[in-house]
Amino acid sequence: MPGASTYNGDEFEAVVARGLDLSPVHEILVEESVLGWKEYELEVMRDHADNFVVICSIENFDPMGIHTGDSVTVAPAQTLTDREYQAMRNAARRVIREVGVETGGSNIQFAVDPKSGRMVVIEMNPRVSRSSALASKATGFPIAKIAALLAIGYSLDEIKNDITRVTPASFEPAIDYVVVKIPRWAFEKFREANPSLGTQMKSVGEVMAIGRTFKEALQKGLRGLEIGASGFSRDDLDDGRIQEMLLTPDPDRIFYVKRALDLGWPQEKIHQMTGIDPWFLDQMQQIVELEKTIGPGVDRETLREAKRMGFSDARIATLTGVSEAEARVRRQREGILPVYKRVDTCAAEFESHTPYLYSTYEQESEALPTERRKVMILGSGPNRIGQGIEFDYCCCHGSFAFQEEGYETIMVNCNPETVSTDYDTSDRLYFEPLTFEDVMNIVELERPEGVVIQFGGQTPLKLALPLHRAGVRILGTSPDAIDLAEDRKRFSALLSALDIPQPRSGTAASLGEAKEVAARIGYPVLVRPSYVLGGRAMAIVYDEAHLEGYVREAVSASPEHPVLVDCFLEDAYEVDVDALGDGDRVVIGGIMEHIEEAGIHSGDSSAVLPPYKIAPRHLDTIRDMTRRLGLALKVRGLMNVQFAIRGDTVYVLEVNPRASRTVPFVSKATGVPLAKVAARIMAGRTLQEQGMTEDLGVSRFFIKTPVFPFMKFPGSDILLGPEMKSTGEVMGISEDFGIAFAKAQAAAGNMVPTEGTAFISVNDYDKGGVLPHARALHEIGFQIIATRGTAEFLNAQGVPAELVFKVNEGRPNVVDRIKSRGIHLIINTPLGRESFYDDGAIRTNAILHGVLCVTTLTAAAATVQAIRALRKHAVTVSTLQEIHQPAERVEPLAAAPV
Amino acid sequence: MIPVRDTRSDVLDSRLVSPRGTAPKLERRPRALLALEDGAFFEGRSFGRLGETAGEVVFNTALCGYQEVLTDPSYQGQIVTMTYPHIGNYGVNREDVESTRPQVATRALTRHLRTHGAKRGVISALTENRDELVDRARASRSMTGLDLAREVTCDKPYRVEAIEGGDGDARSRLGGRTFHVVAYDFGIKRNILRMLSAAGCDITVVPATTSAGEALALEPDGIFLSNGPGDPEPCVYAIEAARELILAKPTFGICLGHQIMGLACGGRTFKLKFGHRGANHPVKNLATGGVAITSQNHGFAVLPELFDDPDLELTHVNLNDGTVEGFRHRGLPAFSVQYHPEASPGPHDSHYLFTQFLKLMDSGEPPRTLPRAHAAGVPPGL
Repeated sequence: MPGASTYNGDEFEAVVARGLDLSPVHEILVEESVLGWKEYELEVMRDHADNFVVICSIENFDPMGIHTGDSVTVAPAQTLTDREYQAMRNAARRVIREVGVETGGSNIQFAVDPKSGRMVVIEMNPRVSRSSALASKATGFPIAKIAALLAIGYSLDEIKNDITRVTPASFEPAIDYVVVKIPRWAFEKFREANPSLGTQMKSVGEVMAIGRTFKEALQKGLRGLEIGASGFSRDDLDDGRIQEMLLTPDPDRIFYVKRALDLGWPQEKIHQMTGIDPWFLDQMQQIVELEKTIGPGVDRETLREAKRMGFSDARIATLTGVSEAEARVRRQREGILPVYKRVDTCAAEFESHTPYLYSTYEQESEALPTERRKVMILGSGPNRIGQGIEFDYCCCHGSFAFQEEGYETIMVNCNPETVSTDYDTSDRLYFEPLTFEDVMNIVELERPEGVVIQFGGQTPLKLALPLHRAGVRILGTSPDAIDLAEDRKRFSALLSALDIPQPRSGTAASLGEAKEVAARIGYPVLVRPSYVLGGRAMAIVYDEAHLEGYVREAVSASPEHPVLVDCFLEDAYEVDVDALGDGDRVVIGGIMEHIEEAGIHSGDSSAVLPPYKIAPRHLDTIRDMTRRLGLALKVRGLMNVQFAIRGDTVYVLEVNPRASRTVPFVSKATGVPLAKVAARIMAGRTLQEQGMTEDLGVSRFFIKTPVFPFMKFPGSDILLGPEMKSTGEVMGISEDFGIAFAKAQAAAGNMVPTEGTAFISVNDYDKGGVLPHARALHEIGFQIIATRGTAEFLNAQGVPAELVFKVNEGRPNVVDRIKSRGIHLIINTPLGRESFYDDGAIRTNAILHGVLCVTTLTAAAATVQAIRALRKHAVTVSTLQEIHQPAERVEPLAAAPV
Repeated sequence: MIPVRDTRSDVLDSRLVSPRGTAPKLERRPRALLALEDGAFFEGRSFGRLGETAGEVVFNTALCGYQEVLTDPSYQGQIVTMTYPHIGNYGVNREDVESTRPQVATRALTRHLRTHGAKRGVISALTENRDELVDRARASRSMTGLDLAREVTCDKPYRVEAIEGGDGDARSRLGGRTFHVVAYDFGIKRNILRMLSAAGCDITVVPATTSAGEALALEPDGIFLSNGPGDPEPCVYAIEAARELILAKPTFGICLGHQIMGLACGGRTFKLKFGHRGANHPVKNLATGGVAITSQNHGFAVLPELFDDPDLELTHVNLNDGTVEGFRHRGLPAFSVQYHPEASPGPHDSHYLFTQFLKLMDSGEPPRTLPRAHAAGVPPGL
């Protein structure tokens, strides 16, 4: 439930009204505001014998008022005296006892008034949490694993510490480094949403960095975010906004703090405006002061001190006016090289048996690389929209497969929310930012046989060419082939050469060029910057005026790369294919048909495996094109191809010679771990050797449905488009398409109703298309209500529909009906047309009240099929193990389209 | 007349002055060198006073509480490296805590000491002559056989009065009774005095060399043997006193006091490879099976052969290495622990031991006898 802080009576009334409205039980909590107080968390564990340990203390850099998930956080707590810390520890022990957590972990949050020192408990989560994951990575103490052992009856002193092997788990980790977690936001995806940070968490991912000092960790974390900052600095700030940005925090605030320090604002003033503890401000001041001494001709000592403070080569290059490569060469020539220290739970008191490493600039390295055959796998960095745990799944599976092939695996990643950054997933773990500098340093130390960049999404893919140029062997598909697929011009030429249809397209480096290209192609067009994932800044543009507005924004979104302009295939169906290649053969893992029409980002579409409405001849064409593309690109490992079918033509939209977001989905549907197969290909085993000569099939319908964070972004519209907005996905399985769809919807939080009232409001363009669905709903027994235009149309066509007011037409209007739970299903299609205030209000309220809201006709068709199926069949379940028993793998029955 | 000292005035402020702006500019920090007796060197930079000092180099893994550690008399004769890299974050309440603390590669140093054991060393910001420094490290006094308690004990007795209505553990005070405790000062930490006085004890702190007769003449309800630095074996005067005192009065020992009690009961002590210093050591109470997270600072330990004597019972064991952390006498009201139940810095898990001491003084009887089976919990391999 979202919280809010209010400062005056008027605000209070508005907030209370909204809260009461949102609350299912019409109740709100009103609490003393501890805004601006220092915020701390303790991650604690207790066993059945009442033994109690604190695993980690965490201090929020941002004071109370910003959700801890949206705060920069630091472990261990930095500004507590032992006396204060022990008082907190004692309170935590009393809380976990009193709450009655008999065994397991808890997260207990505290606020401390910086003026009086008064301490209050603000929250207690009697479970593992986002913070416990962070604490596990920060200390090397695996909280969830230990909690599981405690749950089955062990006591802490009976469990061995994996890392030291000789000491028990009944201790409190001692750490001799500083951990900084920085959230990653995605406000660029939700332009309507207010980017200011408050008590409602809005970040979608996070990065963690380890350094020997706060300064070093902070700078490593900021460059690991992949937001264009090479450290504690950004060049695109507006000095006129400093005061505003310090007072009203948003994702850029930390950079504005830097800017204020740059300009000599007193720490005391910044402290008063931000509530950030003076200790942190002093640390940042030290970075700023050192930075001022770095310029052309910087001496070795300063350079070394800069590296100790976490300055990246890229930042030093900017400050000294040379290229990053030159800065790197200079640094190495001066003998300023990183060393690697171990995260060992005990501050080196005992020997560590787990190579869980981080870099720093000191004298002694504890990395101790082995002489084994080894590969290095690059992870996917912080979760963001378009690049989430799907890629981590691939990295982990890749690592397991290489281990099975006898290789030592080295994982590099900086995301604490992942399995890849568990110390026991790979043989060696480097918790480091995924930049060229940081990766190359590890390559030079470890000297792996090759680096795997195809599992971690766009993050490592961007490093393919720089690493290749630096002489690093890239395993799998060649960097040149990757570039061929990524470079629109080269790719377009390849498709032409293969005689594969593609939407007309062009590349534009300026607004003038973009207008020209669009006019040549014909509107509507799909425009986007090159080299992006998740449809970042992608839009469908219907006329020149919109194009102008877009290009201005997009150019700022990706300054180094031009804008791509493609013909938008209206009313087409999209298909995703995941395939494997070994250079000589291509095997298709799965052909997924999108339920929504083209125009909605593939990550935001529901997709069904196998395809349910595609003509067999088109499937043959898709298979053929996939094979030819895979062979032409000499794909070694995974590839993903996106197709669009319009009329009788199959177009290729794009090819990604890497693991895609759908690899886990296809792997679970087929029972074949595609990423493992890909890893074995990279290890030298052909598809044939792996018994993979036939395209894979599935025995049921598997439907993937996205999960959206709209609830967290009041004000944002749930309207889907070419820019991806989902943050997760679910899968529904059944022999019956309708049931599979209903299950997936239910898992995503949208119960498909089997009776009740359906509200239909569609644009003129979709009226004909919605008719059969409206008729079907009427026949099933749904009451139909509709806005004026739609109601008139339906009644004229013989489907009885009751008129309901739009928001501005009177009351009760449609939103009132949603709120009073008088509507159970909403069909509302504004895609590609002007959207009205009404649409936004309807969709927003649908989400808030948990009413299934479909925004495309194809989804409406699937929903009707689901309703029919739910009324006919009982929902059954089976385990994946049952589904993937060898004998059962047969092609499913042909689907019955609506 | 024994003078009264108010320990409350020594209590660290919970909110301290921020160290903001106090860090000197790096380029002005002079170089410093730490040389160990085995010839290892660690380069760093010095801040504060330029100087040179010798001592046994040890490490402490506590994350906070640097001021308490660095002012603890038990570190007499030692150079402490804090493994946590940020020191001084929350300032200090008095300015005269330490002179020189060079920044060195503390983790590398810790790993060296862990592998090779605690070493004598010399830190100098005055010379960079390595051979000279190693020689000086080798020439510096060795911890073994060194009686350091004499150097840090008080000159003459003083009194600390019970805090009326003291908070926290004072609530466990029995029936409002005030006990008189004679505390042997081998380098006593103020927090021990604070805890005893908060629990309702009037304390007479006496010099380490006070004889049993002199102590008993003060008519105490109980005897407390404090923490302190160095090797317990040369403290023959204290061992002899303890031998008499435990027969006469309820006795509670902590750290060096525990080792002295072990020696008084006929045991022996030995030097640990690199000692226990930190705030995260798990100690198992063999009577309850409970594990306390404890604050520790010791380089010597009592050998478990002490428990060949059926009158003595092992009560606490360190779970990291199985060493003796506490014992009691079955027939006498005497017990001791190796670790620091008063914490400061460290967890407050073991404050119950002060209550146990009060109960002994109240009843004058030994604590409930434990079944023999628990004594079998001595881990092998020592």
